[in-house]
Amino acid sequence: MNVQSEGMEWLPMACQTGSVERQQDYVLRTVEERGVRFIQIWFTDVLGIPKAFNITPAELENALEEGMTFDGSSIDGFSRVQESDVLARPDATTFQILPAKAGVAPVARVFADVTNLDGTPFEGCPRQVLRRVLERAHDKGYSFYAAPELEYFYFATDTSVPQPLDNGSYFELTVSDKAASLRRSTVLTLEEMGIPVEYSQHEDAPSQHEIDLRYTDALTMADTVMTARLMVKELAQESGVTATFMPKPLAGVQGSGMHTHFSLFEGDVNAFHDPGDEHALSKVAKGFIAGVLRHAREITAVTNQWVNSYKRLVPGYEAPIYVSWARNNRSALVRVPLAKRGRADSSRFEYRAPDPACNPYLAFAVVLAAGLKGIEEGYELPPEADANLYDMTPQERMAENIPSLPGSLAEALVEMERSELVADALGEHVFEWFLRNKRAEWTDYKLQVTPFELKRYLTL
Amino acid sequence: MEALLVHPDPPPAAISQTLEQAGYPWKAAAGAHAATAMEPEDGWSGAVVCADAGLDEAFALCRALRKRDLPLEPLLLVVAGDQLENLELREDLFDDFCLSPPQSAEIAARLKHLFWRTGRGTRPELVEYGPLVLNLETYQAAVGGHPLDLTYMEYELLKFLATHPGKVFSRETLLSRVWGYEYYGGARTVDVHVRRLRAKLGNEQEHLIQTVRSVGYRFGQSRWSI
Repeated sequence: MNVQSEGMEWLPMACQTGSVERQQDYVLRTVEERGVRFIQIWFTDVLGIPKAFNITPAELENALEEGMTFDGSSIDGFSRVQESDVLARPDATTFQILPAKAGVAPVARVFADVTNLDGTPFEGCPRQVLRRVLERAHDKGYSFYAAPELEYFYFATDTSVPQPLDNGSYFELTVSDKAASLRRSTVLTLEEMGIPVEYSQHEDAPSQHEIDLRYTDALTMADTVMTARLMVKELAQESGVTATFMPKPLAGVQGSGMHTHFSLFEGDVNAFHDPGDEHALSKVAKGFIAGVLRHAREITAVTNQWVNSYKRLVPGYEAPIYVSWARNNRSALVRVPLAKRGRADSSRFEYRAPDPACNPYLAFAVVLAAGLKGIEEGYELPPEADANLYDMTPQERMAENIPSLPGSLAEALVEMERSELVADALGEHVFEWFLRNKRAEWTDYKLQVTPFELKRYLTL
Repeated sequence: MEALLVHPDPPPAAISQTLEQAGYPWKAAAGAHAATAMEPEDGWSGAVVCADAGLDEAFALCRALRKRDLPLEPLLLVVAGDQLENLELREDLFDDFCLSPPQSAEIAARLKHLFWRTGRGTRPELVEYGPLVLNLETYQAAVGGHPLDLTYMEYELLKFLATHPGKVFSRETLLSRVWGYEYYGGARTVDVHVRRLRAKLGNEQEHLIQTVRSVGYRFGQSRWSI
């Protein structure tokens, strides 16, 4: 086998089934048969911004076998002191022809893992970070599944302030039709790309939409989130509309979250399910959820990484604020939906903090790391929160030992910096860079004098 | 193409996986009796006989297959290195041989060559089912003339199902036959891939892959319906 000497150990799934040559052959043959003109090599920087470069079919074989060298210093989170060159190693299992555009020769994409020149995983590559934590889960016999719900807004393109498409405009009927048909065509395109969508519904805020992705293993899902975000934005742009995954684009209405359902399987069996338990939750599930709760404040900087993320995490808009779990209380951070009767494999929990502007690789990695820690250490699951947490006074919450999520990026960074768990999950390189970058973001933000302040204080 | 006869039953994993991947239908037979009993209507397309389980048994089967009015060919024999001397004076019992443990690429290459030389039953290139066409040579799939943009594993899964229409497979079977034995992603992976395939097949053709409750999946109509 000539692909990835060191990195090979991490490749879960099909890559190890001894047919790497055949996968490459499949890719090369398909490119030839379908007349693909360009292949986009996709990867992600540390902040979750998609990056790509194009190669021609002539370069593809070499790229599959040896990888493509590129200068990492221009990518956020990739720069290093000594060596700036890194290698993009396409993962042939992710090869996919992109939806055809009329009159344009087909274009394909393939996700790449970034490695050092000697083939070892590059510490700055988010896909490698997630692989590493998944491998830890695999060592214990677990595979980790995720099903996120992506919320986003459509806005008119040509205005400087966000202008919802279907907010009481004079043309309300036709314009909101446009948003709905846009979402419909987006869902169809995603399905065409092999991304099954569970629901797509109009959310509560004006011009807000939601696309629910059906569960798959966490690595594929992180790739899928990247693909879905890109397709949503691209198709919107083609229709002259802007799509945004900004966590809180409009004050006074709900923000966009990425509630994600997580489950753990041991082979064919849902490791979260225990029919004998009063909540049908296994010891593994309780340990996992307890781990996520206990480390929730530390991982929030990763699941909610922008200054703006914290404007979503406020009372009154169904966003979680209090670190607690419940079965049917949507104000809780962790919701455990009732497993359907006879559907043992549907046991899961929903983590409601992340927003759709996170880096999905890193977000899934830190949630898994927190959960595994809970299982390893046998954390006790705190009692279910039954009251509406928003109605409680701070004193009552304190008495019940219910902390809040960090209230700002600055607070989240303080928590993260103290966290061995996050440092360990992300690796030293990403951990350091992320903190540095985010502190700079916070400083930039603090330098602003906002319209709010002018309106409020100018008369002082 | 009719099935290849494979011996012993079950055959070594390397052989069955190679045949699956190359798209040869096959059935395993323990001996000459089973080989006759299970023979397809139009006869076996050829045979891969592995002497791992016993040299005498393997030769007995080869002899039986060659003694027929129409001797079965091509016949590929798989033997261990220390069995090579036993091949002497038995040249008529096989058309080609390779060494055990068998290498996937070698078996595939030798079979391909044998079929080419015997000029019959060459590797199946097209699998057709209703509006679905799979070209095994070029890895392309199309529905009603429209190409499907499949990932590698989606293609492999569809190929496996489409070459065994009407048969129900459990998730475990699909996992071991399509993904391979070393795969550890869990049987959920099969569900995930079936869902993706259905999404790509589109509304009108997604019924091609049917869920058989608490068993697994079936491609196309059940053999018992209609």
